[in-house]
Amino acid sequence: MNVNDFEMIARLLKERSGLLLGQDKAYLLESRLNPVARQYNFKGFDELARAIRLGKDEKLLEDVTEAMTTNESFFFRDSKPFDQFRDLVLPHLLEHRGSRKSIKVWCAACSSGQEPYSLAMILKENEARLAGWKLEILATDISREMLVKGKEGRYSQFEVQRGLPIHLMVKYFKQDGDRWQIDDAIRRMVTFKPFNLLDDPSAIGQCDVVFCRNVLIYLDQTTKAKVLARIAELMPPDGFLYLGGAETVLGISDDFRLIPGHRGVYGLAGDVGHPMATAVG
Amino acid sequence: MKSCLVVDDSKVVRMVARKILEGLDFQIEEAEDGQKALEACQKSMPDAVLLDWNMPVKNGIEFLKDLRVMAGGDKPIVVFCTTENDMAHIQEAIGAGANEYIMKPFDSEIIQSKFSQVGLI
Repeated sequence: MNVNDFEMIARLLKERSGLLLGQDKAYLLESRLNPVARQYNFKGFDELARAIRLGKDEKLLEDVTEAMTTNESFFFRDSKPFDQFRDLVLPHLLEHRGSRKSIKVWCAACSSGQEPYSLAMILKENEARLAGWKLEILATDISREMLVKGKEGRYSQFEVQRGLPIHLMVKYFKQDGDRWQIDDAIRRMVTFKPFNLLDDPSAIGQCDVVFCRNVLIYLDQTTKAKVLARIAELMPPDGFLYLGGAETVLGISDDFRLIPGHRGVYGLAGDVGHPMATAVG
Repeated sequence: MKSCLVVDDSKVVRMVARKILEGLDFQIEEAEDGQKALEACQKSMPDAVLLDWNMPVKNGIEFLKDLRVMAGGDKPIVVFCTTENDMAHIQEAIGAGANEYIMKPFDSEIIQSKFSQVGLI
């Protein structure tokens, strides 16, 4: 692969998904795009690059963007955020949403569904406290292929072993050949929809909790700020934003503040902001 | 430093598991079947047991049942690690007192994730 091809594809990805592809990730291009080249019957990477450069095949450009966006995901990833959801976020919402009895969670980059399903399992495990509540989990991703997989809720043996405690696997999955199928009761709790984080999210509606983990790290400063500002607009004053372990709002957005003592969980800043985020965080 | 008894009749599997667990700061003992594993536990009760199912002399589930009625045998966290990957086996293992279950093939990430879920790391 030559430098021109690399730069041309990096530009395409930046425009379409906000994804920032550094020179150090050049190795990823070929390994991720070779399957696309095969799928389109191109004779190798150069021919694929030529077709991308021509820019006539919209479907191809979409497939290339999808193949390059990172889709790594596992159940209860990093575990701590999910403990916080159960022990901090859920009790707060139970106390403060009592009059309308509804909770809406948005997983803004849900990949193949492990994150929203992890949240659904937590809600299910707490169903006694949530009787009569309307629970919405909206799961969006730029990759339609990932959404299909998420909606299906079928995982490989490898996937169900990453992060998923065995007692939850036994309780909420059924074995089907070499795949593990998540229960319909859990599957029905999650709505999957395509959404590009660079687009206007007003159709998403107000969300009490937003999971936007391990997405910002792939975006440049301006795009990060834009995405955070839009999420802020969707949030009630006491909503919760989750970012990934390596992500921060510092120097990017004044809209959010860390909730002290809870790494990775943010609330709206300012006078009408989150009651838990008012302390210096 | 926590201790882990690796029980598997395959020398290769024991070696791989030892390497991964030593990397996670465990002190490793090995046993090649359930009987030898019980003897090791009688000498010194480990913090964790990584346990294969199918082994000669005494298999994993027989070992686990014996372990759980031994003095102090309720303490070790037992993680099955076996090619038996169907729901019936998994449920039998949990019923016999297993804390976690790994379906082979495994890698260091799976071991790490399972050991962290049960609070060993």
